[in-house]
Amino acid sequence: MVSGLINENPTVYERKERRVRTDSTNSDEFSVEPIDQLEIFDILFFDFAFINSFFFLTEDSVEVDDLKSYVRVTFTPTVEHCSMATIIGLSVRVKLMRSLPPRYKIDIRVAPGSHATEAALNKQLNDKERVAAALENPNLVEMVDECLSPSFE
Amino acid sequence: MAALNNLTEHLEAFVDVTRSPTHHAESLKAIATSLEKGVLSINQLVVEMDMYLTTTDDVVRARGILLLAEMLDYLKSKPLDNAVVHSLVGFFTAKLAEWRSVRGALSGCLALIKRKGVAGVVTAVDAEAVAKSMAQSIQVQSLALYDRKLCFELLECLLEQYPEAMINLGDLMVYATCEAIDGEKDPPCLMIAFHVVELLARLFPSPSGPVASEASDLFEFISCYFPLHYTHTKGDEASIPREDLSRGLSLAISSTPFFEPYAIPLLLEKLSSSLPVAKVDSLKCLKDCAVNYGVSRMKKHYKYLWPALKDALYASTKTDLSFGLESLTSPGFGMGEIHREAVNLLQRLVKQDISFLGLVVEDIRVNMVFDTISRYSRYEEMLDTSKLEVLVVSQILSVSARSSVESCNIIFETFFSRLMNTLGIVEKTSTGDLVHNEISTVSTRLYHGGLHLCIELLTTSKDLIPSSEECTSTPESAQQSWCSIVSRFSASLIEAFTSAVQSSNDDCSADAYLGVKGLLAMGMFRGGSSPVSRSEFEKILTTLTSIITANSAKTVKWELALKALVCMGSFIDRYSESEKAMSYMAIVVENLVSLVRSSHCSLPHPMILEATSEVCSTRPTYVEKMVEGFEEAFCSSFSDFCVNGNFKSIENCSQLLECVTNKLLPRLTEIDGLEKSLVHFAISMWNQIESSVVFSYDFNGREFVEAAMKTMGEIVGVASVDSQNSIIQKAYNVISSSTLPAMESIPLTVAALEGLQRDLSTRDELILSLFASVIIGASPKASIPDVKSLVHLFLVSFLKGYIRAAQALGSMINKLGTGSGGTNISTDCSLEEACDIIFHESDSSKTICGSETFLGKICLGFCGSLDHQTRAITGLAWIGKGLLMRGDKRVNEIALVLMECLKSTNSSGNALHPSTMKHAADAFLTLMSDSEVCLNRKFHAVIRPLYKQRFFSITVPILESLIVNSQTPLSRTMLHVALAHVVSNVPVTVILDNTKKLLPVILEGLSVLSVDSVHKETLFSLLLVLSGTLTDIKGQQSVSDNAHRIIECLVKLTSYPHLMVVRETAIQCLATLLELPHGRIYPFRREVLQAVTKALDDPKRRVREEAIKCRQAWTSISSRSTPF
Repeated sequence: MVSGLINENPTVYERKERRVRTDSTNSDEFSVEPIDQLEIFDILFFDFAFINSFFFLTEDSVEVDDLKSYVRVTFTPTVEHCSMATIIGLSVRVKLMRSLPPRYKIDIRVAPGSHATEAALNKQLNDKERVAAALENPNLVEMVDECLSPSFE
Repeated sequence: MAALNNLTEHLEAFVDVTRSPTHHAESLKAIATSLEKGVLSINQLVVEMDMYLTTTDDVVRARGILLLAEMLDYLKSKPLDNAVVHSLVGFFTAKLAEWRSVRGALSGCLALIKRKGVAGVVTAVDAEAVAKSMAQSIQVQSLALYDRKLCFELLECLLEQYPEAMINLGDLMVYATCEAIDGEKDPPCLMIAFHVVELLARLFPSPSGPVASEASDLFEFISCYFPLHYTHTKGDEASIPREDLSRGLSLAISSTPFFEPYAIPLLLEKLSSSLPVAKVDSLKCLKDCAVNYGVSRMKKHYKYLWPALKDALYASTKTDLSFGLESLTSPGFGMGEIHREAVNLLQRLVKQDISFLGLVVEDIRVNMVFDTISRYSRYEEMLDTSKLEVLVVSQILSVSARSSVESCNIIFETFFSRLMNTLGIVEKTSTGDLVHNEISTVSTRLYHGGLHLCIELLTTSKDLIPSSEECTSTPESAQQSWCSIVSRFSASLIEAFTSAVQSSNDDCSADAYLGVKGLLAMGMFRGGSSPVSRSEFEKILTTLTSIITANSAKTVKWELALKALVCMGSFIDRYSESEKAMSYMAIVVENLVSLVRSSHCSLPHPMILEATSEVCSTRPTYVEKMVEGFEEAFCSSFSDFCVNGNFKSIENCSQLLECVTNKLLPRLTEIDGLEKSLVHFAISMWNQIESSVVFSYDFNGREFVEAAMKTMGEIVGVASVDSQNSIIQKAYNVISSSTLPAMESIPLTVAALEGLQRDLSTRDELILSLFASVIIGASPKASIPDVKSLVHLFLVSFLKGYIRAAQALGSMINKLGTGSGGTNISTDCSLEEACDIIFHESDSSKTICGSETFLGKICLGFCGSLDHQTRAITGLAWIGKGLLMRGDKRVNEIALVLMECLKSTNSSGNALHPSTMKHAADAFLTLMSDSEVCLNRKFHAVIRPLYKQRFFSITVPILESLIVNSQTPLSRTMLHVALAHVVSNVPVTVILDNTKKLLPVILEGLSVLSVDSVHKETLFSLLLVLSGTLTDIKGQQSVSDNAHRIIECLVKLTSYPHLMVVRETAIQCLATLLELPHGRIYPFRREVLQAVTKALDDPKRRVREEAIKCRQAWTSISSRSTPF
């Protein structure tokens, strides 16, 4: 049993200025605004304001293709053996599942080389059964919800 | 006796520490009230409290003393016996030594010391005793926060109110203060502590006094806070803002010259720090010190101060100089706080001691700029370092020059000729000619850096010219040597700036910017002692005007020149320079106005109009001139169009009218005399129309007619009643001379109307529209001639399809007098008579305005064509609006007619046309909504309060019953549209009062209206009404009762395809519904979640965002097993 904090002195990444949507004055009633990178980022950013200081998520780490209904989020945990990585990944997945249309396939990845058990983690996060099982666990769901509750700065 | 019984009770309550603070406060309040009312005297209280004040139980004693102290605080303004005060202060002074009851003792002393102006103040001797006791027996830093604050307050109070007594104590007070401050960390305490130091410094100004001898120690205790830094930035709202505390510290440091040997080195050291806060604070503090320490003490530090100040300026200046329009009247680069403070300090130092300027003048870095300035000609080419040098040096010099006339003279004497030499600008000889020698060719090369420096100096120096009344009193000609220097160069300077502007091309705005800014600086010297002569001033104006008139497109140069002219115009007006005003009038105003008049010049018409209106609004006389010019221009263009058919002229006319409406009318209150000129303008518009009898060319200039109507209406709207009368009279004369009166004689029968096949001529149409606008804008007090025939004319015209006539008729009906001593006596026709004409019945003579009238019959399709029917309905709506707003009962019958039109068949069984029903439904919008074009406050409508509410309560029940009995789907839809118009335009409070009744109808309306996309706007306004009821507490019960229907309706609307805002609002409403009791909404969660999940895939982003929030909220009430 490890006593004390695992990550006593985390690298707190400086947050980048958010890109502000400039084409918001779209007045055409019937034009379609596809779901894009920035929108996904906004979805995650809105709730992850707190967590966002502890893992690294930039706009570039979000890939999205609205036509193919596919989204991939790559995140970077703060330390290689971060035990929070699983719960963070799970939270990102739950948040996206709740916020995107059901047609989407969601792919969550840890940035290459950023975590000790990268392969296992990726597999775990994208295994439908295991995710469903995890969400059956009331304690885990509570934890995820806590992660997702809006933080007020 | 009862009072005394109660007293014991209250005393017990207060002394008992186990009771709650509210309890304590209550008992305090009770005792205080009885003391204030005189039921209880302070002596009695003390006697009663004897036991509490002397008991050996420390807690009880402390509470007792505190109670007495609090009481004294309550009685601050109540006269007390001197002996009582004396004995009380003695008591509290003694208790200061007892640490258990120190809070009470401190509060007591403070309350007593604070007494002033009322009977019973503490004597100086007693105050001295308090101070002594405090100094000797209290260790401030060992106390709690609140007690420490009391200590500082007590010290402050003693020093402020008993200065003599404190001087007697001498050293003791200084020691006590030092000891008290040492280690204090709380902002509110420090704030007082700093003030105490300031007071001490004021109390002991002598060099042999205790402050002088203890200066080093005292300074040490306060200097350790510099620069202030808060470690805990949040959480304590009552705390003092950093700026205030920092100001307090600065005042304490600068409070006495004895701190000088310690303070200045410290501040200079902190100034060199890399922390911005430290820099700003040091600069601020240095400025305070410079003011308070005096020149002789500061002088020692000049040689360190100047380099530090220079460095601060260099470090805080950014090199991106803006050549934009907005920086023409500002320095042109961003000023940080450090920069601003550094500039303030420099100005202060130079102002205070001219010898400081010696350092500036002799500075190598400053001097070097003048040698390197000619290395680059364009600003963009310069290296960042040289840009910085130029900007900083120009700042330093201009700030120093601004400080005083003397410093300005020195700066100009030292640098200006050198600068001119470098720029190749030559001096004027005594004969006034320019010396042309070989270097004059150099002057074509303009150095941006040099020009910038030069402009900064000129801009600064203009503020130093005394205003005209000052300069007559002081013979300053000898003083102002800078003036003569500038005047020697003025001609060549203006030439140089002019050539800079003229040589500039579009891709380089810097040349134009510097040129125009230079000219502006030269043109802004005021008064008789200006270094710029009148002819030179005129030359500047000519140059700028020629830039405006020569350009054919809106370039940066053009805008710069215009802004410069506007600046100069308002400058002339502000300082009432009559001579310059004459030049301005002759050169700028007349030139531009003549351009407006002449229809053919290279400059596009809108640009001339913009330039003229901007320039001329700087002074009333110019405005007059301009409106005159506009009048002429309008007349000539209009007649040019009428005679020659020049379509360009009519376009110019509409632009001119738009300019009047958009640029001049909004500034009516700012410009004196504008109203008169505009009324004149309106009358000459009528004159012109009157004289152009024949329109030889047919024109379909809708734009022109619209512009003319708008301008005419607004001018009448703002004019006084007398002016309105003259416009109306003029307009009436024009109308009478046209062919329009022929229409007045047409009898109101369908046959006659149909006989009138031909449309109005173009001219008549124009006259009619303009006349209608005049009537719309007229106030109720204005007199309208021959109302009866006018009513008839408008009536016929709107049946011919001129909606403006219907609006005019509505306005007229709204404003007419009621006949028997009504608001208006000057018109020959009362409301009754006018209504008689409008609602005249086809076969009998009694006047009602229901379906039996001629208009009513047309509306209901008993006679006339479909066109007549729809026009009659629209007209009736406007007339109804006029009546409704003034609170006339006749509107009810009009409403009945309109509702009759919404039924599928009329009373004789004929089916009504869909278009009729649509018009009738829209009539309700006309009736209820606030109109922009007529019948509003701007146009002096008579508005009875609550008229919308009244209409609502009359129509809604009828509409509801009609909906229930409606026979066809179309009629039902149209009835719902009408109801939606009524409901969505009434104030929301009315809806909330009737939620129970209205909710079912609104919900039905929403589902009926969502079928067809034509009703999308109506649907949206109705949805907004619904959302208003959801959030309010009043509507909550009925919302809860109807929850299932509301949710069903909203769920349907989340996929409404025609309007994004409808979907968005529906989803927001669904989220709001979560405030209802859990049991009411829980059954619908599956339904809602399904709908919202579908909305996650909405084509519009805003809808998706709302859907995410709403889904999240609804998920959280669902069971845990369905997390998504």
